[in-house]
Formats: sequence, structure tokens, C-alpha cells
Amino acid sequence: MTVHTLTIDGRDVAAPDGSSILAAARESGIPIPTLCHLDGLGDVGACRVCLVEVDSHVNPAARPQPACMTAVREGMVVVTVGQRLSELRRTVVEMLFAERNHVCAVCVADNHCELQDRAVDVGMRHVDLPSVEPLLDVDASHPLFAIDHNRCIMCTRCVRVCDEVEGAHTWDVAGRGIDARVVTDLGTPWGESTTCTSCGKCVQVCPTGALYEKGRSVGAGAKRRRPFLPYLREHRPAGEP
Amino acid sequence: MSAVRAAPPHHRRTARTAADVRASAHVCLAASCLASGADTVLAALDDEVAGRGLADVEVKRVGCLRLCSAGPLVEVAQSGQLFEHVTAGDLGGVIDALSQVRPDRPRQVSTRPFFTRQRPLVTENFGRVDPESLDDYVAADGYRALRQAITSMTPAQVLGEVTSSGLRGRGGGGYPTGLKWATVAKATAPDGVKYLICNADEGDPGAFMDRSVLESDPHRVLEGMAIAAYAVGANSGFVYCRAEYPLAVSRLRTAIRVARRAGYLGTRVCDSTFAFDVEVRLGAGAFVCGEETALIASIRGGRGTPRPRPPYPAASGLAGRPTLINNVETFAGVPWIIRHGGGAYAAIGTPRSTGTKVFALAGRVRHTGLVEVPMGLTLREIVFDIGGGVPDGRAFKAVQTGGPSGGCLPADHLDMVVDYESLKEAGSIMGSGGMIIMDDTSCMVDVAKYFMDFCRDESCGACVPCRVGTTQLWMLLDRITRGTAERADLDQVERLSSTVAAGSLCGLGQTAPNPVFSTLRYFRQEYLAHIDEGICPAGVCSISEAHA
Repeated sequence: MTVHTLTIDGRDVAAPDGSSILAAARESGIPIPTLCHLDGLGDVGACRVCLVEVDSHVNPAARPQPACMTAVREGMVVVTVGQRLSELRRTVVEMLFAERNHVCAVCVADNHCELQDRAVDVGMRHVDLPSVEPLLDVDASHPLFAIDHNRCIMCTRCVRVCDEVEGAHTWDVAGRGIDARVVTDLGTPWGESTTCTSCGKCVQVCPTGALYEKGRSVGAGAKRRRPFLPYLREHRPAGEP
Repeated sequence: MSAVRAAPPHHRRTARTAADVRASAHVCLAASCLASGADTVLAALDDEVAGRGLADVEVKRVGCLRLCSAGPLVEVAQSGQLFEHVTAGDLGGVIDALSQVRPDRPRQVSTRPFFTRQRPLVTENFGRVDPESLDDYVAADGYRALRQAITSMTPAQVLGEVTSSGLRGRGGGGYPTGLKWATVAKATAPDGVKYLICNADEGDPGAFMDRSVLESDPHRVLEGMAIAAYAVGANSGFVYCRAEYPLAVSRLRTAIRVARRAGYLGTRVCDSTFAFDVEVRLGAGAFVCGEETALIASIRGGRGTPRPRPPYPAASGLAGRPTLINNVETFAGVPWIIRHGGGAYAAIGTPRSTGTKVFALAGRVRHTGLVEVPMGLTLREIVFDIGGGVPDGRAFKAVQTGGPSGGCLPADHLDMVVDYESLKEAGSIMGSGGMIIMDDTSCMVDVAKYFMDFCRDESCGACVPCRVGTTQLWMLLDRITRGTAERADLDQVERLSSTVAAGSLCGLGQTAPNPVFSTLRYFRQEYLAHIDEGICPAGVCSISEAHA
């Protein structure tokens, strides 16, 4: 197996060929914030929260790259912190808050929400950007679960877990741009889905209060982080529960 | 629209050989002339010629005659006379001109600057060759380059010619074509399979270069593709064409069918052991599918969503195999390079931007149409000498190049040389070749808002900065055009633009703020007039009463 040595934030790091910058950094205890990434699922590089500078000492104008999807190379110089990156990450999280309805005080995922955590991580304290906030539907037709599109951040974890792990491919994305939505069975109500196995993996991997269990979780903060299946792991810094 | 969808079958009354023809009328049957009734002109001309018993006159259907705004166009080939706005009911001038052609007179060419300043190379067969006739294409040196490449050159030699030509990707990025080919040629797949894709998903507003090439000379694109396939070692190719180009698709399909039958495509290309075939795939109307990774996803039947690069398609593309993706115009330039040599091509244009570029002139310009010029002409030469300048005595204000990824250049940039570097330096890009000319009736904030609306609508929605940022930028620009914005909103436009440009996943989002950047750079006072004074200097925006 080929091993590459690279520098991340000035530290020498060794990583096997094919591993991502994110994996290499985390193995060395260097934190990089993520949102759409989940260990155990394929990456899409969509949320742009894990952007890092690659070889910016050679080419300062180079565009930041997503750490989750950029493979390590021999001699690569990676920088994961800096003013430009902080600004980028903060603006991206701010965009997500402005895109749909994220009022934590009335959300089932309050205190158990990865979007909320990332806002704290990147230092986003208020939303200045124009708010888009369309009034979206809640699909509660499934007997066990419901989806509130107003709280969805389009990370597509549900789409990936359903396809890659459960093998059902009930979820997919329809529409484009700001009108893109996750849908079940090409847009039929979730409760009428013939492919959904009601396994609940999508609910487990959802980083926000968009997907939740019915019945027990209508109150604010009622959606708890449940232990993930062993092959799906949310990255939590050491010491956190 | 039905006229554009299908040209009626055209039967020649008499079979003629070149020697029998004293005079020929070339009728443009590209989409724009068809839309204004070129098919009826063709039928009427045919009837008239037959009715008058002009046995030595040929009525020929040809591709684009370039001066699109003046269609339907008919050219008398021998005298070089171009007839504009021809109607089926009034063919008088054409018939007279045909009668006056003398066989002993040398062939004349047009002296109009619109034509004389052009350097047709990719478009050399435009207006000369019947786009649906293989024989016609072959008679015009067609497929000679392919035969030459396969029979007397090694793939490395072909690659060498393309590299030395200095040809750069005409889709807009300007990546050196030879380098891209070499990367694919060197890449290996475990099963040895490589693919080749022609990107014909032309989507910039106001751009119609690729459509014209496919409608007017489809065999040239196939020939370029086959040569490229030979050079990089691919045996299977795709043309990814947008479904909104029905005529281009139908002519391309015809061309593929006859080229296959004639042995220019298939298992034994030009009687050699080299195999190459082409399939057409249609896009379903998404601009983002012009981005190569989204295009590949779409060809495979998936959602047209880009993925981060690297790996580049040259290393891992269609089905994970090394894939060469070039634009229509790039492939169409290749046969000429093989026939005349890379050196001859490199001698045209500027040292770093060699050869010619096809532009689609549109907007407030007298001669709307298709032009092919050597790189290195100034904007003034293109807009005023060739384009004829701004009509109705209005003042030139800006030229927009590069579509939604490009920028607007003001009048003081008219003497700038047109090549990849200069345009980029000035805050625009070469792009695929759309050139929209604006006069003083255009509001630059409104123009920026228009392009942002386009990007917002065409964003695939996968990554956050593009999905949310383009919408928010559009909302802010909308606020400015309504006169309800404050200075802080302008600051936010700039901040947001930088984030979208730096943070987006693919080229669509990364370049979406370019129209904003360039209009802010050259027309900032217009933004300020809207914000501070509540005035739209061009009188385009309806400033709300709230401001007044």
C-alpha cells in the first residue's frame, strides 16, 4: 500500500493512497467541520463547510477544495484554518439558515442538531443575508416518520443512506436550484411509497429536525441523537457524548 | 416552429454534375433562416428555375450564410451576391442575378466588411456545402484529414500536430487541446476502454455557434471526433446535444448514418483496423449539463449534477474510464489542422491564443449573425467593422462576452485585443463565443440581474453557495433595481459574490458572479444611482415610489 506524507496546518501527516484530506486530518486529531459528510456514506462535497486550502503557498488564488472529497497527494500542503476559510464557512452556514425555516426554539432537533453545532463552530451568531424561507410542506403520510422540508438543508444523507446502505433508493432529489427537494418514490407521498422499508436510517442520519419520528418528537428538542448503526458514524470530537 | 423542426424533403428536379452548372443559388437552411421561411423560398426558387427552363442553374440547400438577422438569405455563388429577406413571392433579384452569371467570368466574392474581415476556417463550408450531403462534404476535402491521419500518421503524430497548433478548448475554458488529448492518450483503464464526448450542450443566452456548426457542417464535427478518437485511442464516442436543437440533432443523426454507411465511422474506419462509432445523447434542458462531470452523469442517465474535480474526466470520466470531452467548435477545428498542419494554424491569431474563433453577434448590433475571425482582432473591429455598429444612432455602451460566466466590457475597452488572456484580465472571459452588444438603453444592474436570474434558475441545487447564494444575489440585485436598496446591500452583494465564486462546487457557481463583478467594476455609478438617487440612468428599471 502506498502511503503519502503531507502537511496539514504545519503538521506532518502520513495517509494511505486514496484517503481523503478529511480522513487524514481526523486521524491526526485536526478538526475540520463537516455537514453533509457522514462516515460510512459516500461523499458528495455539497455543503462546502469542510473547504480547506490546498497548496495555497504555491498558488494563493487557488480555490479551496472540499476536504471530504480531495484525495491526499505526496507533499501536499493543506491549511484548514484562516480568515478566508472562516469567512467562507460562516457564510455557507449563514446561507443555510437563511434558505429555509431554522428557528431552533421550536425545532424538534434543538440541542441535537448538527446545523446548530456547526453554527457554533464557525461563529455564526446572526443571519444578515436576505432570507428566502419559502413556505414548504410537511409530509406526515408515513405511519412512523415525517419530513418537514422547511428544516431540510439538502445534505442528501437520507438519499445516500437509503441507496447505499439500505439499498431501497426510496429517496432522491427532484427539482433544481433553490427549488430542489428530497422526495420519496419520484415524488409520491412517503406513506404511499412502495420501496420504503421503514428502516428509519434516513431519520437517524438527518443532521437537522427535517426527518423525525412521529409521536414522541413533536416538542422542541425532542429529537435525540440516537446511537448510530456501527457502520454509520457521526464524527464527534473526543470528550463529547 | 414547425419549419425549424423539419425541413421538407427536397428533390432535385434534374441531376447535374458540376460542369453543367453555370449558376447556382445557395439557399440558407439553418434554423434562423428556416424560421423566417427559407423552406418556402427554396421551393419557390426551385419552381421558378424549373418553370423558366434554366437547365444550367442549380438551386442548392446550404448551411448558415452568417448574416442571420437578414434571413431568409440566398447567395448567388458565382457572383458573390447575397440577397437578404428573400420571400417566396419576390425572387426577382435572385433570378436576374442567376441569369447574369457568365461562365467565363471569374468567381466573385462579397466585398462587404462583414465577410471580408472574417477568416472562415471552422466555418469554411458554411454556405457552400449541403449539410445533408456526404458527397458534397467529401468534394470539399471532407474526411481527407481523417484518411490522412489514419493511413499515414501515428496517433502520436496526430497529437503532435494538434499540440503544435496551439488550439485551446473553444467551449470557454481555453484549456490547451493538445494537452488534454495527451492526458487521455496516456491514461489507462484496466479494460482498455476510453470514451470521447462532444459537448454540444450550448446554453449561453445569445450564443449559437455550435448549433450553426452542427446544422451547417455536421460531418466536420464527426471527422474531428474520429481523428481525436484515433489520437487518444477511444473507440466509442457520444455527442451530447441539447434537445432544443432539433434541426442540429436531425442533421447530425443523418450525418452519422451516412458516414457509417460510407465507412467513415464503424468497425473499419477508412478501411483500417481502427474502429470508432458515435451515438447522440440528448440533454433535457439543463444548462449545468454543459459542465463536463454533470454531462457525464446525464449521459449515464443520472441526474445532471456535477461532482468535484479532480479526478478529471481525462483520468476518470464516463463509466470511470478515461474520457476526452471537447466542445463542437474544438472538434470542428481539427480537420483543418490535420490538413494544413499545426504550424499553419498557430500562425493565425496571437501567440497564446492561436487560430480563429467563431462568435455569435447578437443584441444591439446592425449585423446580427455568425462571424469567424482570427484571434487578436480588437472588439472595435468585431463590433463596428464586422457587426456594423449600433443601429438607430444610439451609443454603444457595453459588450457582453462569455454568457452568464462572462462579463460586460465598456466602450473604453473597445480597442482591447480579443484573446483568452486579455478578456480574462478585463474581468470577462472568452466563453463559448456569444457576444451581446448593448447600447445606452440597457441598464447594467438589470443586465447583472438578468444573468443572476439565469444562474439561479439553472443551478442544480447540489452545493450551498450556488443554490442559496445565487438566489440571494438575485434578491439583492432585484432590491437595487426597485430602488429599495441601501449601501449595505451593495456591500453584501460584493461579499456574497466572493463567497459564491470561491465556494461553489462547479464552474456554474464559481463564475455566476462574474456579470456582477464586471458591471460593478465598470458601471459602479449606475448601481449607486439606483441606490442613492433612486434613478435608473438608462430608464429601464421601474424604481418604486417608496424611494421617491
